[in-house]
Parts: sequence; C-alpha cells; structure tokens
Amino acid sequence: MRAKSLVPALYILFLMLPIYWLVAMSFKTTNEILAGFSLFPQTWTFDNYIEIFTDPTWYWGYINSIIYVTMNTVISVMVALPAAYAFSRYSFIGDKQLFFWLLTNRMAPAAVFALPFFQLYSAVGLFDTHIAVALAHCLFNVPLAVWILEGFMSGVPKELDETAYVDGYSFPRFFVTIFLPAIKSGVGVAAFFCFMFSWVELLLAKTLTAVAAKPIAAVMTRTASSAGYELGLLAAAGTLTIIPGAIVIYFVRNYIAKGFALGRV
Amino acid sequence: MAQIKLSNLRHSYSPNPSSDADYALKKIDLTWDDGGAYALLGPSGCGKSTLLNIISGLLVPSEGKILFNDQDVTALPPAQRNIAQVFQFPVIYDTMTVYDNLAFPLRNRGRDEDIVKRRVTAIAEMLEVTDMLTTRAANLSPDNKQKISMGRGLVREDVNVVMFDEPLTVIDPHLKWKLRSKLKELHQRVKATMIYVTHDQTEALTFADQVVVMQDGEVVQIGTPVELFERPAHTFVGHFIGSPGMNVLPCEVQGGGAFFAGEQLALEGPAKGVADGSAEVGIRPEFVSVSQNGNGVAAHVRKVADVGRHKVVEAIANGSRIHAIMGGEAPNAGDAVKLEFKQSQTRLYKDGWLASTQAEGV
Amino acid sequence: MKTQNQRAWFFVLPVLVLVAFNALIPMMTVVNYSVQETFGDNLFFWQGLDWFEQVLTSERFHNALGRQFLFTFLILIIEVPLGIAIALAMPKKGPWVPFCLVTMALPMLIPWNVVGAMWNIFTLPDIGLLGYFMNHTLGISYDMTQDPIAAWVTIIVMDVWHWTSLVVLLAYAGLVSIPNAYYQAAEIDGASNWAIFRFIQLPKMKTVLTIAILLRFMDSFNIYTEPFVLTGGGPGNSTTLLSIDLVKIALGQFDLGPAAAMSLIYFAITLFASWLFYTLMTMNDNKS
Repeated sequence: MRAKSLVPALYILFLMLPIYWLVAMSFKTTNEILAGFSLFPQTWTFDNYIEIFTDPTWYWGYINSIIYVTMNTVISVMVALPAAYAFSRYSFIGDKQLFFWLLTNRMAPAAVFALPFFQLYSAVGLFDTHIAVALAHCLFNVPLAVWILEGFMSGVPKELDETAYVDGYSFPRFFVTIFLPAIKSGVGVAAFFCFMFSWVELLLAKTLTAVAAKPIAAVMTRTASSAGYELGLLAAAGTLTIIPGAIVIYFVRNYIAKGFALGRV
Repeated sequence: MAQIKLSNLRHSYSPNPSSDADYALKKIDLTWDDGGAYALLGPSGCGKSTLLNIISGLLVPSEGKILFNDQDVTALPPAQRNIAQVFQFPVIYDTMTVYDNLAFPLRNRGRDEDIVKRRVTAIAEMLEVTDMLTTRAANLSPDNKQKISMGRGLVREDVNVVMFDEPLTVIDPHLKWKLRSKLKELHQRVKATMIYVTHDQTEALTFADQVVVMQDGEVVQIGTPVELFERPAHTFVGHFIGSPGMNVLPCEVQGGGAFFAGEQLALEGPAKGVADGSAEVGIRPEFVSVSQNGNGVAAHVRKVADVGRHKVVEAIANGSRIHAIMGGEAPNAGDAVKLEFKQSQTRLYKDGWLASTQAEGV
Repeated sequence: MKTQNQRAWFFVLPVLVLVAFNALIPMMTVVNYSVQETFGDNLFFWQGLDWFEQVLTSERFHNALGRQFLFTFLILIIEVPLGIAIALAMPKKGPWVPFCLVTMALPMLIPWNVVGAMWNIFTLPDIGLLGYFMNHTLGISYDMTQDPIAAWVTIIVMDVWHWTSLVVLLAYAGLVSIPNAYYQAAEIDGASNWAIFRFIQLPKMKTVLTIAILLRFMDSFNIYTEPFVLTGGGPGNSTTLLSIDLVKIALGQFDLGPAAAMSLIYFAITLFASWLFYTLMTMNDNKS
C-alpha cells in the first residue's frame, strides 16, 4: 500500500516543481535572479506584483482575458444546451454527420485558422474586441460543450421528459425547471472545460487583438521577448494566471472524475 | 467438499468497537455440513452478506475462527480457500467468450487444457449454454450472464462451497423460477455445499434443505423450511416467514397459563420457566378459525382481502390485530366474530424467544 | 429509441450558425489562397494545385511532418501507459482523492504560453531549478538552446508534465466506475494482478481511454504555443513542428499560398488519423 501511493506522490511532486520554481522566481529581486542560483528567495520582494497591479497594460490584460473567457463560456454553454438536447433525444436527417462535423472542428489546428480569422473578424469590424475572441473560441468549445452535455443528457432517462409533458409542462418550462437541474453537474463540467480551453488558448486570442482586448498571455510574450532580466515580472504574471484556473478547479473538484469521462463511463 | 465451521465469530467494521451495537455480526457459532443446501435468510442489513464475505475470505473477521474440515482458514485469502461466489449483479469478463469465462478459474490455477475443456463442456451442458460457448459474454442477456457467473463457480471440481449473494436480484420475474429450479437441480448433481443468501423467503424456502435466519447480526433459528414455518424459535422468524406472518399477541402469564383479553388461551404444552408477567402468544393465521357464533376470543372484522386461493381476514381483538386465513365464505368487514386458535399451534414467547414446549405425544 | 423529429434542426441551428461562421468562412479563405498566387495589392492569379504539389514535394514539409509524427508518437507511448499506471496507483476513496485530482488537473489550466515560459525559467542552465541541477549537481551538460537532443527531451517532458493528467483523470474515471464485485470475483477466481488488469480494468476503461488517446493525438499533433515559447523551433529547425513551421510560412514569410495548401494537407492528415484511431479502437464493439 505504501509503495503504491508513492507513484501518485512522485507524480504530484513532478507536477509541482516547475510551478514552485515559477512562484519562487516571482518573489525574487532581479539582482538575485541574475546573481545565480538560489533555491528559495533570499530577499522577498513584492515589487513584481506591485508593478503588475499598478500598470494598466498588465492588469487590463487580466481583465480582458476574464471578459472574453466568461463571454465564451456563457455563449458556448447556451447554444450547446439545445443542440445537445436534440442530439440526445431526437433523430433527424443528417444528425450523425452533423455531430461528426462538429467534432472535426476540435481537430483543426489553431494555426490553420489564425490568418483567416484575422481577415474575417477585421472584415466584420470586430477586430480587437472581446466578443471576437469569445466567438472565435466557440470554434473548438461549442463542439466540446455539445459533446459533454450530450453525454450527460443521455444519462437522464427519457421518462423524465414524458412525465413532465403528462404533468402539463410546456417545453421551455420543463427544460429550465426540471431538465437543467437534472444535468446541472454536466453543465458545470461543460462550463469548466469551456473556461479551461478559452483561458489557456493564446494563438487566436493574440491574433484577434491588438490593444483594447489584448489578453494577459499576450502581454506576457512582450516581456518574454524583451530581455532576460524581467524574469521576475514574467514569473509573477505567470503565477497570477494560474490562480483563476485553480479557483475554478476547486469548485468542480467533486465532479472532476465523472466530468473527465464526459459522462460516458 | 468440506464441512464448514464458524466458531465464536464476531465482526465489526469500526476499528475500535465498544458496544454490541458496533458489531455487524455478534458472535456466530455455526456448522454447515458437507453437501448441504443452505439458505441464509434475513432482512437487509442483518449481516448476512458480511457473514458470506467472511466465509469466502473477502473479509477477515474481528474475532473468531473459520474451519474448513477442521483446518483453520481464517487467515487464508479467497483464492486459496477453494470457494466460489456468485454476486448480486452478474460478474462476467466482457471481453472473453463464454467458453473463456468458464475456463478462467481453471486456467488461473494452471489446469491442463484438456481438463479445462472437459469441465467447461460438462458445466455448459448442465447450464444449457452449450450453444453460446463461442459468443462474447458481453452480448448475453442478464439471466444468461448470471448463469455464466454460476458456471464459473461450479467449474472447479474441488470447490469447498458455492455461495450465492442474492443472485436473482436483476433477473426478470418470469425467469427467476427457472433459474431457481436450475440451481436446485445443480445442487443435486454436483453435491457441493451451497449457501444461498437472500431476503426473499420464497427463494430461501424453495432452495434450501436448511434455512438459517438472521437478525441484527445474530442467528435466530436454523431449521428446515417446515420447522421454521411451524415452530418459529423467535417471534421475528414467525413474523418474517409466512404471508401474512405469524400473529403475535400480548398476553399475561399467571401460574403457567396465558391470558389474552381476560381469557385463558390453551397452549401447545406447558411453558417452562416463565415467571408471571407479560409475554406473547404466537399463532399462525393458517391456524386461526373464524366463526360467527362459536367459541373463542371476541373480535370484529376490519377488512377481508381476497388473494385468490384463499381469503385473509384481518380482525381486531382487544386492540390487537389478528390475521386469519380461510377458504370458502368469509365474514364481512364490521362483523362481530369469534376467533379460535388451534391448540397444538399456539405457542408462548417470552422476550421474543419460544417458551412453551410441545406436549408429550403430539 | 429516439424520436424521429426534423424540427430538432431548430435546436441545432444556433450551434450550426456559430460554428459554420467560424469554420466554413475561414476554411473557404484557406481553400481560396491555396489555389491562387498573390503579389500584394489584392491581385490574385489562379494557380491550380501547384501549391499542393510544391508543399507535398518539399523537403522542409517532409521534415516538419516527420518531426511532428515523432513528437506525437513519443507523447502517446509515454503519456498513455504512464497515465494508466498513475490512475491504477491512485487511492479509490478517502481525503486524498480530491487533493490528487485538483493538483493533477492544475497544469492543464495554465495558459499555454505560460507553460512554455514556466519551463523556460525552469530549465535555464544556470538559474533554473532543472538546468542548475543537471549542469551543476549532476554535471551533465544541459542547454536546450544549444543541444537539439536536450531541446527534444525538454519539450517531451514538458508535454508529459502538461497533459499526462488528462489520461490519468480519464482512466481514473473509468476505474472508479468498476463495481467492487468484479474485484472480489476475480480474487475468488484466482486471477493474477495482470489478469485483473487485462480482463477487468482495461476493458472497463476502454471508452474513456479511446477519448484520451483521441484527444492526446489531436492536441499533440496540433501543438504550437508551448514548444514555440520554449524553443522557438530551435536550435536550428530541430523542434520546428508542423504548426510552428506553418505559422513561420504564413505570418513570417507571408507565403499565403503554400501556407494555405499546407494547412489543408495538415488538417486532412489530422482528420484521417483521428478517424483511423477511432475506427481501430472501436472495431471490436461492432464485431459479433
């Protein structure tokens, strides 16, 4: 038993080491970083964080990211809900083909779409807006949300729908007051995945923004390329990008095992 | 084949049990004879599955010993005890064929392929699954899956005991009786000791030669189905077996006689060692006769249920409910009636346990 | 049985519009570029399938594709068995379960360029934890800006760090769904640990492992940001994977025609390989 739990323990240690190093770096002074190796920060400093929270370019990066990620999560789940219901409850002409086509969009390399996206969103006048990034991320998040929700919905017996109709519920009322609560863990899991993939994606987000909606991740690339001696600042910004994910994951921790199976175990 | 003896068995799921309530099993002493067909009967949570898992070795008891043919196996893992167990939900190996499923326990023990083949063919024939041997087990219906998991238990010729843990739970009602009679037939053919755990009295009474009734982690009575029906050793057994169960009426004991509603009830025989005070009288509905103007306890009929072959009369006498089973004409609800108890079937219970003895020569 | 209902299309319509807007228009743009030549000023000339021919015969593409397949192959043969092994060793219940799940999922929620940056900081030869440890404690010369082998090892280890948890969590979800009776029956049947794994755990994990392998294949085949931030494709072209090369051609050199042709070939390969994986992995279900 002891030896067995060593495996996950070592794995978690391996996962935590680079994160630890990033966090440790963020509390070091530039002098200390450049002076050489030190396992712990010798002189603790909050300068890096203070700079981020006082410089609008930095903190607006965070706000921009959170705005478009939230928009994307809401849009993706909202449009995916009726579609997933249709896939799980009805058969209609072309349903399988449509489902497969949706999933193929998950397979498209983002790099393929970078340039056409830039042209498309420039053409419709949405370049450098939050909604542009939110809509672009729908390309891979909507199919994923449909997929996850369909799995969870298929786990709900059809009798629930029928009972509700017999009881005289209209479809919208049934959907909102009975069906949604029955699959709320699925909605949570779908939202989690949408949040996750929108939050971590950079290529499209960077391509579609310039100033007004520039995401935090793109602000960071500026620093990364500028010079080695802003490492502390880079580490602090990186550390801050881990926090929203950690918060979200803490909330869904009890659904995570089932959620990762996409309701399909 | 083996005789199985449980001695001074106690089991608790909490690491530091302090009171009796912490024990799922409270001191069990039991002997299962070689080749017997036993049923372990009791309501959910009475400890029967715990007992089963202790015999199979999936659980190690907190106290006490398990002996197979007088050899202590308490510390042995399941694989070394030579036992077989069939679970509530059919456990089959999805990716294997029916043949490979049945061969699995033998192959794991390194038997020769020709022995494997002989055994599997024989068992498949007994279970009537020969035509399915090459199909993938995942594609079978639930009752056939359960047959295969039984087959995996029976395929080893040296198996000490085959245990069934409510094996018919997921089987359709119309297939239940078929599987049940199959089991009975199998027992007669393979002559292995079998223990059948269930909370369904019909299953227990039709399968077993000996039924062990459990309640709250204790064995209440061991006996043949007839014994359990006719002379329940405890009011619980009387209540649990039979439909409806035994009538249990509060009574006063005075000078060796039992009084209910001011009238003395004639008991099957003398009550031994029962002090004066309150006790209970037990009588099965089958032995209560109802008449409009005969002798007996005065009561009024609350309702009459027609269950097909006979009618069940529910009467109230002195605030106690009494069931009676009768064929032919039954009184109507609201009628005043007299209830007469058959003397040879009227028994006295003190603190739940049988206290009257059978009269000589009965 | 599902009800036949053509009005279900109304339910699907919003998704259809949204995804079509995002997928079809850009895809048409790409197709358009792939068959034309431009010298700027929005002047386009019909080029036919020349770009496709050029890409398919170019050594640069072959090399990038080869590197891409090698990368994805290594990722799959490391992450899938490792993920299964970790899932098997994880506790099935108790207070450690949520802790394990949360900490393991954490790397997946870090923006991809931060992952690259984090590993950059982690592996810096003199001031990174790993770089210092390798060079100064173990005395192994390690600098991925100089040494292609070191660069490869680093991007592989980084991806293992980043994504093995996906396999772990999926496999774990499959494992905890196995009823206890299966293990008990196997124990009574005298099954070895290997037999339990082979005949109980693996079959029950099949669905989720299919998902895991498909996702890991697609994502590792399309990977761009993390290796780009970490190595920039170097040293030389040693870690220039397909996506990195594509972006270099499209945005770096602005060779839109070849880039578009390459995109379509790239997409077709991903699609075909995903279909192949899926068909192979679900073949047994359809038999018998």
